[in-house]
Amino acid sequence: MTVTTGTTAVTGAVGTAHTRVEGRDKVTGAARYAGEIPFADLAHGWLVLSTVARGRVRAVETGPVLAMPGVLAVLHHGNAPRVESEYMGPLGPPDPILQVFQHDRVPHFNWPVALVVAETSEQAREAAEALTVQYDEEPHDVAFSADHPGLYTPGEIMGQAPDTEKGDLEERLAASAVVVDERYTTPEEHHNPMEPHAATACWDGGRLEVVDSNQGSTLVAQELAHLFSLDAKSVRVRSEHVGGGFGSKAVRPHQVAAVMAATMLHRPVRVVLTRRQMFSLVGYRSPTEQHIRLGADADGRLLALDHQAFSLTSTFREFVEFSGGVSRVMYDAEAHRTAHRLVRLDMPTPSWMRAPGEAPGSFAMESAVDELAERCGIDPIELRVRNEPAAGPVSGLPFATRRVLDCFEKGARRFGWADRDPRPGVRRDGRWLLGTGTAAGSFPVLAAPSSAAVTAEADGAFTVRITAADIGTGARTALTLIAADALEVAPDRVRVQIGDSDFGPATLAGGSMGTRSWGWAVTRAAGELREQLALGGTIPPQGITVRADTSEVIGALAAKERHSFGAQFAEVAVDVASGEVRVRRMLGVFAAGKIVNPLTARGQLVGGMIWGLSMALHEEAVRDRASGAVVGADLAGYHFSANADIPHIEADWVDDPDPDDPVGIKGIGEVGIVGAAAAIANAVWHATGVRHRNLPIRPDRVIAAGGGAA
Amino acid sequence: MREFGYQRVHDVSGAVALRGADPEARYLGGGTNLVDLMKTGVERPAHLIDVRELPLGRIESTPDGGLRVGATVTNSELAAHPEVRRAYPALAQAVLAGASGQLRNMATVGGNLLQRTRCGYFADTTQPCNKRAPGSGCPAIEGEHHNHAILGASAHCVATHPSDMGVALAAFDAVVHYETADGPGELPLAEFYLPVGDTPHLETALPSGALITGITLPPAPVAAVSRYRKVRERASYAFAIGSIAAALDVEDGTVREVRLAFGAVASRPWRARTAEQALTGGPATAAAFAAAADAELAAAEPLPHNGYKVTLMRNLAVAVLTELAEEAAR
Repeated sequence: MTVTTGTTAVTGAVGTAHTRVEGRDKVTGAARYAGEIPFADLAHGWLVLSTVARGRVRAVETGPVLAMPGVLAVLHHGNAPRVESEYMGPLGPPDPILQVFQHDRVPHFNWPVALVVAETSEQAREAAEALTVQYDEEPHDVAFSADHPGLYTPGEIMGQAPDTEKGDLEERLAASAVVVDERYTTPEEHHNPMEPHAATACWDGGRLEVVDSNQGSTLVAQELAHLFSLDAKSVRVRSEHVGGGFGSKAVRPHQVAAVMAATMLHRPVRVVLTRRQMFSLVGYRSPTEQHIRLGADADGRLLALDHQAFSLTSTFREFVEFSGGVSRVMYDAEAHRTAHRLVRLDMPTPSWMRAPGEAPGSFAMESAVDELAERCGIDPIELRVRNEPAAGPVSGLPFATRRVLDCFEKGARRFGWADRDPRPGVRRDGRWLLGTGTAAGSFPVLAAPSSAAVTAEADGAFTVRITAADIGTGARTALTLIAADALEVAPDRVRVQIGDSDFGPATLAGGSMGTRSWGWAVTRAAGELREQLALGGTIPPQGITVRADTSEVIGALAAKERHSFGAQFAEVAVDVASGEVRVRRMLGVFAAGKIVNPLTARGQLVGGMIWGLSMALHEEAVRDRASGAVVGADLAGYHFSANADIPHIEADWVDDPDPDDPVGIKGIGEVGIVGAAAAIANAVWHATGVRHRNLPIRPDRVIAAGGGAA
Repeated sequence: MREFGYQRVHDVSGAVALRGADPEARYLGGGTNLVDLMKTGVERPAHLIDVRELPLGRIESTPDGGLRVGATVTNSELAAHPEVRRAYPALAQAVLAGASGQLRNMATVGGNLLQRTRCGYFADTTQPCNKRAPGSGCPAIEGEHHNHAILGASAHCVATHPSDMGVALAAFDAVVHYETADGPGELPLAEFYLPVGDTPHLETALPSGALITGITLPPAPVAAVSRYRKVRERASYAFAIGSIAAALDVEDGTVREVRLAFGAVASRPWRARTAEQALTGGPATAAAFAAAADAELAAAEPLPHNGYKVTLMRNLAVAVLTELAEEAAR
């Protein structure tokens, strides 16, 4: 038959609310997740993690465990297959934690030291817990502080210099009418998606197949190919449904261990992480201490800005929580400095946790800006209006778009900001002191090369294939809408297949750039397909497929300051006698590019704001100095907001299409968090008159700080 | 995990006989705590005796005007019972302050009394813990203890009892009834939990193998004006960092009778008898409430990171007793 794309010229799917295309499968349980997909002859691996924070494995006493029911093998550094360590992967040199069972060194608590494989998951677990591992223990250090003697200046942070400086900072501070000079801290935080990490590896006709839960099957396949010295085409990784990622689901030891065991046993092997194991193996956000100095004239115009950020990394890999990055975007001053310092501790390597850098960085800087407004006697929104930069404060580059003040204008109107009494500690509702606060946010807009294939099927439908990942964001649905508009057909004629590395290279769901990057490739492929179909002719039974790759067009993008922006508002109630803080309402207004699907976009933005609420009031991992372990490493011990903590939250946006993106997309995965914690902390000050510069704002801290006119 | 046997029993004597003196057997109520502990390896029973089908699921008035509550009554049933809500409102409030709706539908009264501490070291089998592994040490004293005990702890253990329900039961002089192979017995709640001392692994005075069959609440007219307030680090689904059950009877500005118990401050629900004695017969004023709380908390021995609990409990006592005094005056 003859298929045309544009006869009815159906467009407008992008921008219209659409329920998830796989929603029914998910709510009925038909959607299978990585840990529950059946395999014939499946064996189960259970990781054994070190119980010391530093030292060497002296002995792994496998004998008794191998005699236990169902046990098939115990992998450890003495018998595991060797893996490649000298290569350049898609994200740089391999993370040393992927060198699973390659040596006897233990660099942190709960480092993987063995994998017990058995016929059933229960047998594997029982044997793993019975396995005796002897260690030569060494003294460890997990005590992070900004005056640690081991502080050093890290190397480049994702292509950016660790330090930037212009102007004479001390001179401009001395010349300032008003100075804020404060230290802010954020604790160790963990990203624990509901679905634990799970991978099943098997060999099929000389090909390695991995069924996984990840944020990018291309990345996982490439890393596994490197590690096991395989041709890239000999590895297939699939990850169809993913129950959350937040930066934690890249390549982790469990996938490597599963491949090793499948190789040794010649049968499929599944490894699933426990919640407790996730607290050590899948990354986390470093605690930060941030020293902010702001100097301004009497009108609140910044003369000096200094943002020094301290965080930790492991002894074996450098990762910098890029907290100062947000200050390179948001505010300019004649003297402007950002600096990052690190300390290596006997801890797991921190990683990208949702809104890395911007989440803690905005808490410190947006709190300091609020303090400056207070000391200048200027409304905090007006202070930001007076300090709106014309170009990138450090780069000097133009902004692609920067509508942060429009966000404040719209937000202030909706929130009722104009009626706000600026005095702190004077509003009461029974035992509660009330206050409101605001803060700005931003997050970089990135794009990475991806490839996509679009097929015109003989029956008139279209199939899109791309190695995208829908980690709960609604990416599959967004790509359906984007493809439908690009093809000028209704969304129900488009089927999108994702999460299979055989579909060709594509970037991961991270950096808020998944939908933008994948949508770009889909748009190009669809456009080229339309051109082919416009030539006429019939569609053969196998369809007509066009493949597109965006490497060139993305590589040719002009350098600009590309960011999403937001304005956050919060109202809180504080009982200083009990220490309780309750958020009563939140509003976020965002300038975040073309909104592809308002339904799922609202979910992502509100979810980000809730993340910020958790960060402000609840989240904190406590590291036991004696053992190096996280105390209470489960979702009862590690608190985040419960439903009862979450008030009426609204997310809204202003029209802000990115001029360089074919659909106008920027990215919404992370900007919803940025500034939310500061808005709440600023509201707590407005309620009580006391500044809380250490997160989370726990009851004991509120009790100790007191506050209120009464 | 360890394989275990499972058996459901239908009569009390059968349950007790099955348990016998087997140290590896556990009674299973709602399973909301025991099953979690089995998953983490803190508990490794060889046999589970499911007692949920025992005929202990009723709430009845006693001839003297009190209440008898069967051990398998769920938390949800207890909190919803009209007589509990009328005569002992703080008990219903305490139960509703705990856990989630789903958990309260499963959790039983008997199991609630026997739930274990939520100390993070107790829950982690890779860590020392005198309660879980006697003699291994208590890392909380030098480590993470911001939600640990300020009253009645020892150098061997500073864990708290997590129950909300138990705090209200302590205030209302509940009595725990149990069955053993030798017959029935009872323990006042005040004697049910053992002092910590150097044996934190021994938590209750129940004889070995005993099955809790129920509790009785003696008549307490003062309980009709009572309140439970819980402070936690999030609005729901968290254990208390401090809680209070209080009942107050005021006549002409004078305290005729007062009941006060603190939660999340000790290894057991903490009946504040010193404060009660200080208040009884005196003025029902905020200053008197504060002085009484201070008298109770004079025995507190806070650690470096939980001293805020002394302030918190004092503030809670003043706030809740003041509210009750205002309520009584209306």
